[in-house]
Amino acid sequence: MGFYFAQLLTGLANASSLFLIACGLSIIFGVTRIVNFAHGSFYMVGAYLAYTLVTTLPAGIFGFWFSVIAAALIVGVVGLIIEVTILRRIYHAPELFQLVATFGVVLIFQDGVLAIWGAEDLLGPRAPGLDRAVRIMGEPIPEYDLALILIGPLVLAGIWLLFHRTRWGVLVRAATQDRDMVDALGVNQAWLFSGVFVLGAALAGLGGALQIPREAASLQMDLSVIGEAFVVVVIGGMGSVAGAFVAAVLISVLNAFAILIFPQISIVLPFVVMAVVLIVRPYGLFGKPGSEHGGAAEPEQPLRLMSSQGAMVLAALVFALALSPAVVSEFSSILLVDVMVATLFAVSLHFMMGLGGMVSFGHAAYFGVGAYAAAMTVSFLGFGMLPAMAAGPLAAAAAALFFGWFCVRLSGVYLAMLTLAAAQILWGVVFQWQDVTGGDDGILGVWPPEWASDDRVFFYVAFVACIGGIWLLRRVAHAPFGYGLRGIRDSELRAEALGMDVKLHQWMGFALAGAFAGLAGAVFAFSKGSVFPDALSIAQSVDGLMMVLLGGIHALAGPIFGAGVFVLIEDWVSRLDYWRFIFGAIILVVVLLAPDGVAGGVERLLRVLGLRRGDAA
Amino acid sequence: MLEVVNLTARYGRAQILNGVTLTLAQHEVVALLGRNGAGKTTTMKCIMGLVEKKAGEIRYDGRSLMKLPPHMICRVGLGYVPEERRIFPDLTVEENLEVGRRPPRADAPEWTEDHLFELFPNLAERRRNLGKQLSGGEQQMLTIARTLMGNPRAVLLDEPSEGIAPVIVEQMAKVITELKNEGLSVLLSEQNLHFARAVSDRAIIIEKGALRFEGSFAELDDRPEISQQYLAV
Repeated sequence: MGFYFAQLLTGLANASSLFLIACGLSIIFGVTRIVNFAHGSFYMVGAYLAYTLVTTLPAGIFGFWFSVIAAALIVGVVGLIIEVTILRRIYHAPELFQLVATFGVVLIFQDGVLAIWGAEDLLGPRAPGLDRAVRIMGEPIPEYDLALILIGPLVLAGIWLLFHRTRWGVLVRAATQDRDMVDALGVNQAWLFSGVFVLGAALAGLGGALQIPREAASLQMDLSVIGEAFVVVVIGGMGSVAGAFVAAVLISVLNAFAILIFPQISIVLPFVVMAVVLIVRPYGLFGKPGSEHGGAAEPEQPLRLMSSQGAMVLAALVFALALSPAVVSEFSSILLVDVMVATLFAVSLHFMMGLGGMVSFGHAAYFGVGAYAAAMTVSFLGFGMLPAMAAGPLAAAAAALFFGWFCVRLSGVYLAMLTLAAAQILWGVVFQWQDVTGGDDGILGVWPPEWASDDRVFFYVAFVACIGGIWLLRRVAHAPFGYGLRGIRDSELRAEALGMDVKLHQWMGFALAGAFAGLAGAVFAFSKGSVFPDALSIAQSVDGLMMVLLGGIHALAGPIFGAGVFVLIEDWVSRLDYWRFIFGAIILVVVLLAPDGVAGGVERLLRVLGLRRGDAA
Repeated sequence: MLEVVNLTARYGRAQILNGVTLTLAQHEVVALLGRNGAGKTTTMKCIMGLVEKKAGEIRYDGRSLMKLPPHMICRVGLGYVPEERRIFPDLTVEENLEVGRRPPRADAPEWTEDHLFELFPNLAERRRNLGKQLSGGEQQMLTIARTLMGNPRAVLLDEPSEGIAPVIVEQMAKVITELKNEGLSVLLSEQNLHFARAVSDRAIIIEKGALRFEGSFAELDDRPEISQQYLAV
């Protein structure tokens, strides 16, 4: 009995720090509608700062708690700088574009922390005065855990008072419901947003700082915590602080007991819980459907068939690409295969995001399933490359049909989060099911057959698969099925009133996007000769998102630009020291210069140069 | 006090305003009339800075509002009461009023919560209720009270009689008269000619985003073809 009670207390202690980071994320989303990927970075910086302060200041109770608070405040200031210099400029960009900027910040922080604190994990000293264990029902419980269990509800109460008993809090809550109205009543939203961002960042910093006696500060902290924090926010309901608390307790306590029964479940458990909660309650436990007066919604421009000049330029580019193996080096032709794979992946994601209005944070799931299906067809069934390349998209379509059925029942960020959950569950299965997938060791020896083993020949195989896939998806975009998807994106009610089966249509769109991601994955498997669980990772999903959003979500050419730019820049900078910093900085520059993506930026440039007739104000 | 000259605006590619011109003098109630889609709401949103303007001029006491964000436009003394009762549904009545509160100004009457509860007795009874728990009429009263908390000199009232019970419409007419007596100016957008006539000093009619008539209600009555052409449905 005592043992189980001790597990419960451990779960509750974990819940506190998870709550601190998740509630900041939730508050920021509720008011600014920004999905802040950099929130994990705030957590990490909070931990490192606290480590430095604690080890520099004189030891003692005062020194320790002063360090923790100071670390949180410094992170708050860092948040303020980021909000004022970057995010404030792009609030009016299309929804989710801010996510690209926060991802740039993640990269910059990863290298920034590496440069300042080095690659070693840093374990802080125990908290003075709370460095022993007390026996409760015969089990030793660290005093510090008990302190954490108290801190969580205290912070929750503090935030509740702030939001319900101060004018600032009332304004913040009003802004989550109707931003324009708050503005028209004379409140400067810019400073309201800054304040909210600072509060959220400081809470994440506090969460990180409080962890140092329990867990070493490491460079992986940022991304390892962000996934779980998102899950907590979504389970609780985006924007709900109390929801974040309940969800943090739920996840942490379930986790504390689940690892006793089935240790492998630990890495997928939060995502399974999230999937279950979202299927039962589509807006989380305490969430509400988003306000229609929330964000800036620009009416989409209709898609135009490409002008004849545009078609000629595109045809020339494809032709040049087709001839490139004869001209460029072998290395470049391998790089071009990477570009084509990334482009097909990005175009398939754009198909569901841009045309279908279904944002996916887990599109890598179908890329990875395609890659694994192709690899397993070769290594287990002994088939050749071409059947394997057909198996990839089929398996991905099957996976997308399965998960898509649940996802299309949700909308907006909740849908995106369920796709993330699906991807993480699949990743967990692949990672842990050693006997079938090889686990972390992956599947090796997935090479093309003799006739296609030459890099130049394989280039043409990839060319046919990828360019063919992209062409097909563009055909579908301009076919009645594509019109239907866009109609549903713009108004689900009106599409329904026209007699469309909205969910079925979205489901099929989801599956189609998944199938083509699977095709990209299959080509990828053969171009690398191996597959690892990374193919389904959050990082791979985020890469796809970056390509689509950087390219410009409103243009069919967007993902093509985005993927090309992304892969080429990444290839170039990843040879440099501190390439993440450089890459992040490049992303921020693009975001600030072209808030409508690269495609939009190019369009505007053409217009300025007088090459295209402008139709905007 | 408020002058709008040749204002044009658009949503995307659709031209919504095509040269709207109007004035609002101190202590005056002006009705902005027109059919659904004529551009009444867009005119008000433009004045408040909530819709991007293309060309023209909006002046308040001689100062241009064209480049100001909504909160700065509010701070010069213009209050905005949107259509469709955009209260904050998850805030209490008192909290809704708190959001609207601004410091008093020398050139406009000062409103306190108590004074507003006298003017809107229904709200007083429901001060701790959430906005979404109010009836449609109460919500409409709350939007007006919330804007008055900002102590405006002039109020833009967008279709206050739309979709509420006749008895509340009557109450609304009293409120508008009270505002005028307190010394406020009101620009009122309406489709209900009867209601507009009861509370306004003069009328402006727009159609397809452009001015079609400006004058007193007596003049409007002398030219029935105008109401026939621009207002009849």
